[in-house]
Amino acid sequence: MSALIEVQGLSCGYGNKTILKDVSFSIERGEVVAILGGSGCGKSTLLKHLIGLYSPQAGSIRIAGNELVGTTGADREAILRHFGAMFQAGALFGSMSVLDNVMLPLQSFSQLDAPAIEIIARLKLRLVGLEAFADYAPAELSGGMQKRAAIARAMALDPEILFLDEPSAGLDPLTSAELDALIRRIAETQHVTCVLVSHELASIHAIADRAIMLDRSTQGIIAIDTPEALAQSSDERVNRFFNRGQLRLVPQHCAASEPTLQG
Amino acid sequence: MPPTEAQLRPTPTVTRFELGGDLTLATSSALWQRIQQQQWAEIEIDASAVQRIDGAGAALLFELQQRGARILALPAQGQRLLNALSPELPLLKTTPKPAQHLITRFGARVRAANANFYLQISFLGAICAALWQSLQQLRRFRWREFCLQCELVGANAVPIITLISILFGVILAFQSAIPMRQFGAELFVANLLGLSLIRELGPLITAILLAGRTGAAFAAELGTMKVNEEINALVTFGFDPIRFLVLPRLLAGVLMAPLLTLFAEVVGLFGGALVMKGFGIPFATYYSQIAGQVNLIDLLSGLSKAAIFGFIIAAVGCYRGLATGNGASAVGAATTQAVVQILVLLVVADGLFAVVAYHMGW
Repeated sequence: MSALIEVQGLSCGYGNKTILKDVSFSIERGEVVAILGGSGCGKSTLLKHLIGLYSPQAGSIRIAGNELVGTTGADREAILRHFGAMFQAGALFGSMSVLDNVMLPLQSFSQLDAPAIEIIARLKLRLVGLEAFADYAPAELSGGMQKRAAIARAMALDPEILFLDEPSAGLDPLTSAELDALIRRIAETQHVTCVLVSHELASIHAIADRAIMLDRSTQGIIAIDTPEALAQSSDERVNRFFNRGQLRLVPQHCAASEPTLQG
Repeated sequence: MPPTEAQLRPTPTVTRFELGGDLTLATSSALWQRIQQQQWAEIEIDASAVQRIDGAGAALLFELQQRGARILALPAQGQRLLNALSPELPLLKTTPKPAQHLITRFGARVRAANANFYLQISFLGAICAALWQSLQQLRRFRWREFCLQCELVGANAVPIITLISILFGVILAFQSAIPMRQFGAELFVANLLGLSLIRELGPLITAILLAGRTGAAFAAELGTMKVNEEINALVTFGFDPIRFLVLPRLLAGVLMAPLLTLFAEVVGLFGGALVMKGFGIPFATYYSQIAGQVNLIDLLSGLSKAAIFGFIIAAVGCYRGLATGNGASAVGAATTQAVVQILVLLVVADGLFAVVAYHMGW
């Protein structure tokens, strides 16, 4: 059986500017994969190409065996049904209640009747712990809750893949850890493959099975491995990223010494 | 041994159903309807033949269990999905907040309008204070920002003002020349055009165009700055947003509106002249008719009216921008309110002007 997501020779960027060159990797069913790297290395760009928001300059993206690049119309819609996406700030529709946000995809893309849709949507909210907040407006929720609601909405149609853009951005460490646990739990119980963009080492260690490390200077992937293996990597760029917490803050040779006058 | 009462009890006969096939979002819509039509208490459901199951399928099992059915022999994957939904807890039925009563809403509106009125007065006061401060320290006034705003408000509006006012002149001349000709009075179309454009229509068309172009832009720009916390950043640095943002825009509006009005009047009269030429009236005659009809006071009252219109447009646009709430829809709401309020105030101000001009004998 082939991989769930297969990327071959992908080059992407905006306009004439290329950000990632000739990137290839594959993601198996059931994995939680983190895309990581420093600022400006193209993490979010890669994610936005994977979910088809932008079309790449070259290369192919196959999702569950179907080519996404260049596909249009009903075929493309069928591919889009394979995944759900959570955007950085949640991107809930501000004019609807949280429950309506989750029900919207079900109302548009399933043949179920209204009571069934409401039950499914409420259960999705239960899954992310927001059952009691169904009738709140998105603006009334905290940042972490908005992201959880966005996960519930992304899960509404039971996709096989969940793409998450910076789930822990802008959250405090505790909320961020809760969200990590939630993503891990959803990945395990709901059998979804998760692909997330992150630069939070703590959350990568907590949830990712594998990590794809991008680098700005090479415009591509410098390592794909488990987070544990990457932390032990001999590659200096990977090592610097993973072990920044162990940098010496005061280099020893800077220690002040008394000026001496010799005569 | 004591005698026992005679009793009749039903024997617990359990009905069994067999559930099979794919239990997914796409394949279970008929089943969803079925389970709502039947009693499920004390019914056993053998789910061992279920092949594929997803979250929507687990939701269906959840609903069956809530209705009293017992799910047996569910494959492990489905059991995990179902357990994640805590099937022993009933669904929380939250209800949307009840809509407010009409009278309550009306009261809230009146209160908000009242508070808004006070805020607008204090905004006017803040403008005066900032103006006074700036007059004392002319070097600290943001001249570059002022010049930029003059360009945005004035120079960039020239094409649209040209188009609309030339059309206005042409249409007005043409539509009035046809009936006037029946009386042989085409010549006096020039008087009509001159007086109406210079006293009334020139300032008003320009102001309406500026309301849509500039008032909306001010509200949207300052509103976005408010939403992005740029205003807070200014305040933190000790900049007064009124002096920093509002004054340059306000002065640009007050200065550019009369200039644009003058331009619109000239262009509109030129459009009228073209039509008159078609009716056989030469430019020189047209000009002398207008010069005989319109005096300096007419022109000056029109231009001073335009300056006040410019003030209304810039002040309301900026006020609505700074009063923007939170969220994506707030900027849109602020822009809408700004344009509506500007149009209302323009009409009110124009009416006041007409009354004053009448009593002063202008």
